[in-house]
Amino acid sequence: MCPGDISAITTAVQPSGPLADLVEDAKCTGTNQITDGPHDPNDEFYNEPLYTARAKIYPQHVTGTFRRVKWAVLFVTLGIYYFLPFVRWDRGPNAPNQAVLIDFPGRRFYFFFIEIWPQEVYYLTGLLILAAMTLFLMNAVAGRVWCGYLCPQTVWTDLFVTVERWIEGDRREHLLRDQQPWSFERAARAALKHFSWLMIAWWTGGAWVLYFADAPTLVKNLATFHAPFVAYAFIGILTFTTYTLAGWMREQVCVYMCPWPRIQAALTDEDALNVCYRYDRGEPRASLKKAAVLHEHGQPAGDCIDCLQCVHVCPTGVDIRGGPNLGCIQCGLCIDACDAVMTKIGRATRLITYDTDINIRQREQGKPTSFRIVRARTVLYAAIIALVGAVMTYALTTRRAEAVNVIHDRNPQFVRLSDGAIRNGYSVHILNKTLETQKFVLKVTGLSDVDVEVIGGERSPTGEPVIEVGPDQTRQVRVLVTTHQRLEPEASLPLTFIVTGDRAGTSASVADHFLGP
Amino acid sequence: MIEQTERSRKVPQEIATTGHEWDGLQELNRPLPRWWLWLFYATIVWAIGYWIVYPAWPLLSSYTNGAFNWHSRAAVTTDLVALQQQRTQMMTRLAAASLQEIESTPALLDFSRALGGRAFADNCAPCHGAGGGGAKGYPNLNDNDWLWGGTLDDISQTITHGVRAGDDNGHQGSMPAFGRDGMLKREDILLVADYVRSLSSLSTTPGADLARGAKIFADNCAPCHGPEGKGNRSVGAPNLTDQIWLYGSDTKTIVNGIWNGHGGVMPAWGAKLDPVTIKALAVYVHTFGGGE
Repeated sequence: MCPGDISAITTAVQPSGPLADLVEDAKCTGTNQITDGPHDPNDEFYNEPLYTARAKIYPQHVTGTFRRVKWAVLFVTLGIYYFLPFVRWDRGPNAPNQAVLIDFPGRRFYFFFIEIWPQEVYYLTGLLILAAMTLFLMNAVAGRVWCGYLCPQTVWTDLFVTVERWIEGDRREHLLRDQQPWSFERAARAALKHFSWLMIAWWTGGAWVLYFADAPTLVKNLATFHAPFVAYAFIGILTFTTYTLAGWMREQVCVYMCPWPRIQAALTDEDALNVCYRYDRGEPRASLKKAAVLHEHGQPAGDCIDCLQCVHVCPTGVDIRGGPNLGCIQCGLCIDACDAVMTKIGRATRLITYDTDINIRQREQGKPTSFRIVRARTVLYAAIIALVGAVMTYALTTRRAEAVNVIHDRNPQFVRLSDGAIRNGYSVHILNKTLETQKFVLKVTGLSDVDVEVIGGERSPTGEPVIEVGPDQTRQVRVLVTTHQRLEPEASLPLTFIVTGDRAGTSASVADHFLGP
Repeated sequence: MIEQTERSRKVPQEIATTGHEWDGLQELNRPLPRWWLWLFYATIVWAIGYWIVYPAWPLLSSYTNGAFNWHSRAAVTTDLVALQQQRTQMMTRLAAASLQEIESTPALLDFSRALGGRAFADNCAPCHGAGGGGAKGYPNLNDNDWLWGGTLDDISQTITHGVRAGDDNGHQGSMPAFGRDGMLKREDILLVADYVRSLSSLSTTPGADLARGAKIFADNCAPCHGPEGKGNRSVGAPNLTDQIWLYGSDTKTIVNGIWNGHGGVMPAWGAKLDPVTIKALAVYVHTFGGGE
């Protein structure tokens, strides 16, 4: 036993047999041996290179439950991404008919029946809160669900790996070919692979720009080289990033570049499900033959036959049996691989499975296992999601197509007219989110003996000021409110500005103040 | 730098650790990927390229100009030219339209209020205040009391040629210094001040002889301010019967004004601003609310 701090985790487990020695060795590779005294020039720690080339990963094809889930997610998410811009949504003659459109020049975001103005960017805040909390909840329930199944990096890498497999063969074939000298066939296959990757990447960039303009028109313009430069530039940028990140960088994005693994490591707890190797069942590892020999001599042998299938299928090249690992994106493909082997050799499946380290230890000690999905953090995340979701739904369903904002003049705050009347100036901003021109009647309540004048406005037959606002537009007008009412010194009276549009039941109001000397 | 961590349950023996351990988590000593190093070299190459293309190195009295002579000031000039071009259409319309047309066309009104607002903030606000609220001696442009007239054309004329600014077409005439120049005696000035206050129903000194004040007013002040004190815009004489006082309505201020006179100056902006900007300014000031 080496001196030094031994963690709660390792002391809580009492492994026996070869594993115990292994654990002892592992503990002793820590601080104590290295920091003391002069360094041994032969110590591998000091001879480790600072930089190495990436070890290429050849993930093997696998079938099973989790692979099917990943296929489904891949088809649905990529299908949405590539084809959504072409979905039409009729909004009437004065608005675009694209279901999802981010209209930067027009400062509008269209999403099916929802149209968001820049003034309503708080919906985006709500969406971001929802997204973050959903991510946290997924993480608290089942670890890196996002990384393993939903992350664009994972989905596109999966697609690129699949294409690679079609062209260069599965793991074994690909490995063999890469070891052989260059031949025409090898070069042709490599060229075809990179061409296919570039085509996918190009389509990815192409779909991206379609969200920012009318898709059919833009496709036509792109094809006839009449599209704006910025469209070609963004297609180029996204082609480059997709090709590089999904083709070349792959797991390195998760290991070196992505902040989320670090964040989720801080958010997780011991009750969260993770893809685990059940070492209680698997250790000590022994091949089928060796296991038979061990059993003959009355010695224990685990279920793991050390076939390395779990490592070969891993898209990030991790050995899940080493314990929770930063490189593991928890895609579950090793579960499928191990299950296939276990079925073949007639042992129980799910030697690798979604589980918690607590449960494995419980099982090791013959105690019952449990999974606590209802915990303070899952309840809190779910409550925040429900609350923000409810607030956003309420806000969206009760939002009006007309709105008014008022800014009181800051200098001068009031004006004395030659006959002694007091006047306040306001900037009134009227929003007409409908697709028709509307005439808004402006009323100001809260003062008696009041005269309301709109600069550049008209008057209704009854003498009320009328402001015309075009379809899907805002208009700012200067409004002068004058009163002959006797005011207390330094008076500040509450006022309400009410605008009523043409459509039935459309009125909006906003409160402000009238200031006196 | 090296963040690969694994539970110590089974650290692969072939990978050394950094010797750091936290609660059983050990830090494996994994080398950085080589492309990381290439990226570092790429940034160095980029920096060298930057030195060549852009102004970069300070010299004794100057600096390296860069391959394309790029200059941030030139970039601003380019942007300004582009802005002018972007505005051309509206500026042309504004130049062609009369002031009255501008005010009755919503698009032109909004544009000139925006343009005039900027010009006002740059040129007029130092004296008249950010919102034209005025100050002592500097008229409030929001009220409906105008020394030289409050129609669009009047305002345009005043902005272009100024007041007592040496422009031949500008407004002339000033309030004489009745006391300093010996035209009125001290008691008379006090009396006439009381009378002026009475014109707008302000309190007067108890027992003051307002009839004599009225006589002095008729003899000395009425030529400019009018027999009823309603003022005269052709000479810029203010209306003394309303509630608005450029310098203040207390007796001391009025007496001081009669004794020393007044003659505030407004620059003639026609020499500095282009005609379209002056049009926009006139509309902007007119729509403060006091315009006639």
